Amino acid sequence: MAADSIVKRLKAPGALARGRLADRAFFIATFIFAGLVLLIVAAIFIELAVMSWPSLIKFGPRFITSSDWDPVAGKFGALPLIFGTVASSVIALLLAVPLGLGVAVFLSEVSPPWLKTPVGFLVELLAGIPSVIYGLWGIFVLAPLVMNHLAPWLNHYFGWLPLFRGTSYGVGLLTAGLILTLMVLPFITSVSREILATVPRDQREAALALGMTRWEVIRHAVLPYGRVGIIGAVILALGRALGETMAVTMVIGNTPRISASLFNPAYSMAAVIANEFTEASSRLYVSALIEVGLVLFGVTFLVNAAARLLIWRVGGGQKRARV
Amino acid sequence: MRRFFASSIVKAVLAASLIVAIAAGVSGCGPGKPVTPETGGGAGNKVKLNGAGSTFVFPMMSKWSALYDSVKPGAQVNYQSIGSGGGIRQVIAKTVDFGATDGPMTDEQLQEAKKPVLHIPVVMGAVVPAYYLPGNPAIRFSGPMLADIFLGKITKWNDPALAALNPGVKLPDRQIVVVHRADGSGTTYIWVDYLAKVSAEWKAKVGVATSVNWPVGLGGKGNEGVAGQIKRTPGSLGYVELVYALQNKITFGAVKNPAGQYIKGSAASVSAAGAGAANTIPADLRVSITNAPGKGAYPVSGFAWLLVYAGQENQKRGQALTDFLWWVIHDGQKAVKPLDYARLPEQVVKLAEGKIKEIRVSKANGR
Repeated sequence: MAADSIVKRLKAPGALARGRLADRAFFIATFIFAGLVLLIVAAIFIELAVMSWPSLIKFGPRFITSSDWDPVAGKFGALPLIFGTVASSVIALLLAVPLGLGVAVFLSEVSPPWLKTPVGFLVELLAGIPSVIYGLWGIFVLAPLVMNHLAPWLNHYFGWLPLFRGTSYGVGLLTAGLILTLMVLPFITSVSREILATVPRDQREAALALGMTRWEVIRHAVLPYGRVGIIGAVILALGRALGETMAVTMVIGNTPRISASLFNPAYSMAAVIANEFTEASSRLYVSALIEVGLVLFGVTFLVNAAARLLIWRVGGGQKRARV
Repeated sequence: MRRFFASSIVKAVLAASLIVAIAAGVSGCGPGKPVTPETGGGAGNKVKLNGAGSTFVFPMMSKWSALYDSVKPGAQVNYQSIGSGGGIRQVIAKTVDFGATDGPMTDEQLQEAKKPVLHIPVVMGAVVPAYYLPGNPAIRFSGPMLADIFLGKITKWNDPALAALNPGVKLPDRQIVVVHRADGSGTTYIWVDYLAKVSAEWKAKVGVATSVNWPVGLGGKGNEGVAGQIKRTPGSLGYVELVYALQNKITFGAVKNPAGQYIKGSAASVSAAGAGAANTIPADLRVSITNAPGKGAYPVSGFAWLLVYAGQENQKRGQALTDFLWWVIHDGQKAVKPLDYARLPEQVVKLAEGKIKEIRVSKANGR
């Protein structure tokens, strides 16, 4: 029926030409949209580079290897900021990946049907909470919790690790990592869940037919099939963690220093921009802050590229395995 | 195919979110939208005066703007609180009729502005040492001691120096957790300006600015971030604006002034500091009055200024601006107290009057 009517419409006079024209217009429109994305990225990069020029010239590569952040003396080194951004994101991923993936596996493989919708909905709701709310919650609830309970406990049992030495005052790298964990969790869970839903039924049934247990089915048949997509979900979460500004600045302690202990305060690139841009008075100061933005851009770009490489290699490996 | 599709969606979303994140990171916290002045109130009868700057004076400016509307219906004052640094930048860029700042413009900035900019003091504020110790004892500080604490040289509450100033107070054997502002701020400027005046080591090692390289401590975002951290951390010591401390009932200590008295920050003691410094105020009124002499003067006080060009290009707007400034330093001062700010002392009002009289409309000679 449907095919008949399509054939009839195609046979109408002038239809072919009209169709070609529409195709052409569609191609041009979408091409422009895609081009805009490229243009915007290029424009951001150029603007950042131009605006940070005074600082680029003055500090050169020292900008990312030096640890001095002294607005009074006009010395700017972003190393502690890069450290804080990367470290807090790594903590977040270390915690959020097993957690988020676990929730996704539960929802798609194990959960009783009546529980799927509410849990899935609540996880996605987490993604919609404004980051300033996470930040306030971090200051008022999470930071005291870390200071009074979590940190002393970690220090007592794992104090032999340099990671858990010293005293926590609530805010610090660990608290920032925990907040970020909550914030990126829904990204990992939602995307992984969609990916797992695309694993064909045959795959699972074949594994069951081989006598595998439920765990073995998930481990050997479901997860490997969705590997590429899951890595994509993790990378998406990482991008979010690297760029998060408000919640992080409220709980990270805002101290540009590199230290081994997770209890100590740190600083992130996005946070320093947010904190100091409004009152930055000298030209060099402003351009140093913009250069921090440029470095953040670079770090995210590198992470993105690494992710592509990873997906490409994992995807390629899978193809070879199947052949 | 499906895999390709899924991963390219992921990439697209990722790319988009990166762009948004970076754009938000850079422009979102930028110096704020430029305020474009309306053209001379030509069409309507109202003259609109646009100002921008200090967040510290924002509640005061809103009050004045509302009051002035009923006093002088012909003029309307708009104020954007974008931070003192932003206010100064907008004055230099001439995108506003007046700026507001709680740290005076530097010589460099004045040169950048090319034409002479006047500093008109309009209100006073102070910064107080806020702390949290179990039992909330009343504690007295001296300037050099505060500097040593913020330098990380005094680390315990029961340090002999602190104990000597506070006989009869039971000081606990606790670590002092220093909390400071992380965001650039006029509050920080007044605080470190005071520390630099009372401690040569602070001046040499750290210096004075709206953001400094803190030797020790945790950084909180905004007054509320610092206050939140202090309230939750036993043994913490930080600094917040007097107005903020009073309105949020935060415990703060007395500070020793040059006259040897221990004074707590209050509207009266801050005005006293302004009066005490009045004789030494330079002609351009750019002055820091921290550590001011005089009886009853609170030593960590400062002015907030409105910044205006001495040469106004538009007759009508220039007139409206001078009228507004004149009102602010006279009748407007009555509205200061209820908001917990400190009013200008008489001597300073006289000095400010002189400055306002210097404003000229450059085309028509005189006003």
